[in-house]
Amino acid sequence: MTAQVITLSSGKGGVGKTTAVANIAVALATEGVKVVCIDGDIGLRNLDVVLGLENRIVYDIVDVIEGRCKLRQAMIRDKHLPELHLIPAAQTRDKTAVSPSDMVRICNELRPDHDFILIDSPAGIERGFRNAIAPADRVFVVTNPEVSAVRDADRVIGILEAEEKRGPALIINRVNPILVKQNDMLSAEDVLDLLGIPVIGIVPEDQTVIVSSNHGTPVALDPRSRAGQAFRNIAKRLRGQEVPFMGMEKQGGLWDRLQKMTGRR
Amino acid sequence: MGWFGFGHRRSGSRAKERLQLVLIHDRTDLTSEELSVLKDEILQVIARHVDFESDAVQISVEHDGRSQRLVADIPLRSVTRRRAE
Repeated sequence: MTAQVITLSSGKGGVGKTTAVANIAVALATEGVKVVCIDGDIGLRNLDVVLGLENRIVYDIVDVIEGRCKLRQAMIRDKHLPELHLIPAAQTRDKTAVSPSDMVRICNELRPDHDFILIDSPAGIERGFRNAIAPADRVFVVTNPEVSAVRDADRVIGILEAEEKRGPALIINRVNPILVKQNDMLSAEDVLDLLGIPVIGIVPEDQTVIVSSNHGTPVALDPRSRAGQAFRNIAKRLRGQEVPFMGMEKQGGLWDRLQKMTGRR
Repeated sequence: MGWFGFGHRRSGSRAKERLQLVLIHDRTDLTSEELSVLKDEILQVIARHVDFESDAVQISVEHDGRSQRLVADIPLRSVTRRRAE
């Protein structure tokens, strides 16, 4: 077993990176896949609360880097999903406490015992982002169908190209089908057209995401949630299954186009 | 007109058009002023060698996926027509 390292990044904050990491991780773990999530947002940790693991943190990633604990001791196991672990960010430090080579070293230590390592990148394109993409085999760029989020996603994709990071893919989050239908929102196809990289997931806007993060139980665990289904589909695609994009079948060429784009990675 | 073909010009189309221009600028580091200077200089050089229909000239930056290209469409005047004038 050697894990694939996937970093979720976005440039702009608040587009749903942490939610996406938590949900993809949970969806993978419910299928029995061994997953570790790493919160890369040093000083602004959040992945712990979204996963509902905030009360169980003893050590964090900076404790590992600075030798105060073993890597195993900083890995928090999920109560319900034994295959899911979280390595939390430090809350009282900043991103200079971590270097890109620290991240590479930690991931290399985790690789043999896991299937996937998901890294939640901080917003921005500075040190924290550089740390988060350093060990990545693939980077998923999370964006919303909204002008500023798409522009920032394009900057991130440009940096990934310059760094020669292979196979970036898009997660288009918070698509509102009603607004798209009345042409008051960029469609998934518009975003795809503008950014020119394959899509791995299209997630509809869904109120259950907020409710579930209030509880600390990701929507991927809710079988009725549309967003949860979209995240479960991303997990399936990651495992090599072909899954149609939800609710896109009736919209003519988009379906074929997306298939073609995802096939290109 | 929107992608869904409803015939209404709503904000989604506007967002896409604005983003297309912004992304060209971000990716090429070329402002619209710089682009217009570039166009003028290209045409000056061409004018030294051949006659062209200056009203029909089209020079623009187009994007295809992740790459940009400068596309120039410059209809030339034929020599025979020039003599006839």
